[in-house]
Amino acid sequence: METVRAGIDIGSRTIALVVLDGLETVRSMLEDTGFNPGQRAKEMVASLPPEASVTATGYGRHAAKAGFAQRVVTEIKAHALGAGRLFPGARTVLDIGGQDTKVIVLDDSGDVADFQMNDKCAAGTGKFLEVMAGALGYGSVGEFGRDSMAGSPGTKITSMCTVFAESEAVSLLHRGVDRRDIGRALHAAVVERAFGLLQRAGYEVPLVFTGGVALNPCVVALLRERIKGAVLVPEMPQMVGALGAALAG
Amino acid sequence: MASDYRSMWESLGLDLEAHDQLLQALPPTYGDVYLKQNDRPAGMEYFDFVINEIHGLRIQELQEHKARGGKVVGAFCVFVPEEIVRAAGGICIGLCSGIEIGAAQAEKVLPRNICPLIKSFMGFKLSRVCPYFESCDVVVGETTCDGKKKAFEILSDYVPVYVMETPQMKRAKDMSLWRSEVWDFMARVEEITGNRITKDSLGGAVKEVNAKRRALIRLAELRKNNPAPISGKDCLLIEQIAMYDDVERFTAKVNELCDELETRVKEGKGANGAGAPRVIVSGTPMAIPNWKVPHIIESSGAAIVAEELCTGLRYFENTVPEDGEDVEQMLNDIAQRYLDINCACFTPNGGRTEKLVQLAAEYEADGVIHCSLAFCDPYMVEANRVEKALKEHGIPLLKIETDYGQEDSGQLKTRVEAFLEMIR
Repeated sequence: METVRAGIDIGSRTIALVVLDGLETVRSMLEDTGFNPGQRAKEMVASLPPEASVTATGYGRHAAKAGFAQRVVTEIKAHALGAGRLFPGARTVLDIGGQDTKVIVLDDSGDVADFQMNDKCAAGTGKFLEVMAGALGYGSVGEFGRDSMAGSPGTKITSMCTVFAESEAVSLLHRGVDRRDIGRALHAAVVERAFGLLQRAGYEVPLVFTGGVALNPCVVALLRERIKGAVLVPEMPQMVGALGAALAG
Repeated sequence: MASDYRSMWESLGLDLEAHDQLLQALPPTYGDVYLKQNDRPAGMEYFDFVINEIHGLRIQELQEHKARGGKVVGAFCVFVPEEIVRAAGGICIGLCSGIEIGAAQAEKVLPRNICPLIKSFMGFKLSRVCPYFESCDVVVGETTCDGKKKAFEILSDYVPVYVMETPQMKRAKDMSLWRSEVWDFMARVEEITGNRITKDSLGGAVKEVNAKRRALIRLAELRKNNPAPISGKDCLLIEQIAMYDDVERFTAKVNELCDELETRVKEGKGANGAGAPRVIVSGTPMAIPNWKVPHIIESSGAAIVAEELCTGLRYFENTVPEDGEDVEQMLNDIAQRYLDINCACFTPNGGRTEKLVQLAAEYEADGVIHCSLAFCDPYMVEANRVEKALKEHGIPLLKIETDYGQEDSGQLKTRVEAFLEMIR
């Protein structure tokens, strides 16, 4: 019998686990990272059979290797493998996670040909949208994304810094601008930043959009407007890294 | 530090409390970055000792030199001709500026967003924590970038500064400007030291500094072996120490180390494990104690086989001809050697990209990591030329922009690891 392969993606906001039987996903789990990521990850893999081969990725990968994982791969490689498995023939992966944005360019055989990552600040990532949702009084990022779909174009947020963009959004509110328009502008700012990174990497389509922010309908819609060609969004975009890690095992 | 140097530091006018804090900040980093490496060459012991005595023994030597009437000249750039200082009986010291220090004081006179190296040297001076700085009779600046050029004006409020004008191009008229700058520098050094530079003293200094360069070239050549017999981090350390250690002792110690490394090569011993990807680091200088990116690279499993940096090849490649018949010819030879440095301050700077392509072949490198300090326009813009040239030759490149802070190390580690996964 083939060994069970598992991949765990320990990110800044969530921890994802994917278990494979051959090439088929037999189980997937997603939990909040919480305040003790090492402990949380350990609990998640506790249910695996002892002979399971675990590959870790994400910011917590090295800690996981010291604890329970057999090997590590970077998020870059994991997303490349995962996206390639879900969408064979994909040429570019855009991953927007909790605190960083990555663009991965794939070659003919699906290997990483080049990649770009945002600079050290978390501008234009999931964290950015979370802070803005709070500033505009939304209970969740999901609600923020859905409501911003109804916003009209025309309003512009010029700053990409989370702190400055927040004060920009607040001053627009005071000027009486509809919060859905501000929301749309904030989502557009995220897309602009990702698009800059995509251009720097020399992206090609089909493009696979992964990471938690790919669940946001407004970002997806605006990205589709910006990119000429196919933008493919997996059913569970936050699981792609864990799937790729499992495949690397 | 072995002995008690407090009275010496006090007499130099250091802020002892701030200085204690600086020294406390150093040792753990050094232990983690250097002492935990496996199977280091025994010859590294000397360089560990020099670092351990960084503000001790070497400063004492400088004070003894000064007590005998000798002068100490500080510099921030590999364009300052050490031969001329030595020929006049002076000691030339490269001032380090590789750590965030005295930022609050520095920001009183400098903009907040500026090259960390410039902020560091200003911070070191204003917070009075560098005994090298405080030992200098004069500091030599240059015009290699706008930030430094203007910062030297401010620095001259606190220490005597002499600025050499480095040209921006490499045409015949630039060479004649640079030659006249080298002549003027000689006159100023003679004035400061009170010693006349003669054919014999200059010829002797050229030979001594060449010997130091040849020892470093010998070390660099040994790294062409696969596996490389010594880690890149250790070599960077040696190249950093080259700028302030006693020239003759340093040369002898590097040669001793190379003897040992030759044996390691014969035994097939490598510092980074067999099959480690071979990487060349290129970009802005990495001054002591800035080992951040090399540490990330080598702890991710790669071997750095060369540094195309000012703290690296740019400092020691090319020697000065030793057959100069008179002072004039020697000075011209010196000027030529220094103008051949491929710094991003020149336009165009095709020599650098050609050199990188050549190095990648000679050192059998699997990739290049371009590492620039934040706000360094010359290197960050030139990274595009580097990328273009390397792409044409199919050499993978990773571009990094960072400073002396540690908050981006996790992200940098991801990028470096992903790059290594890609080139393996």
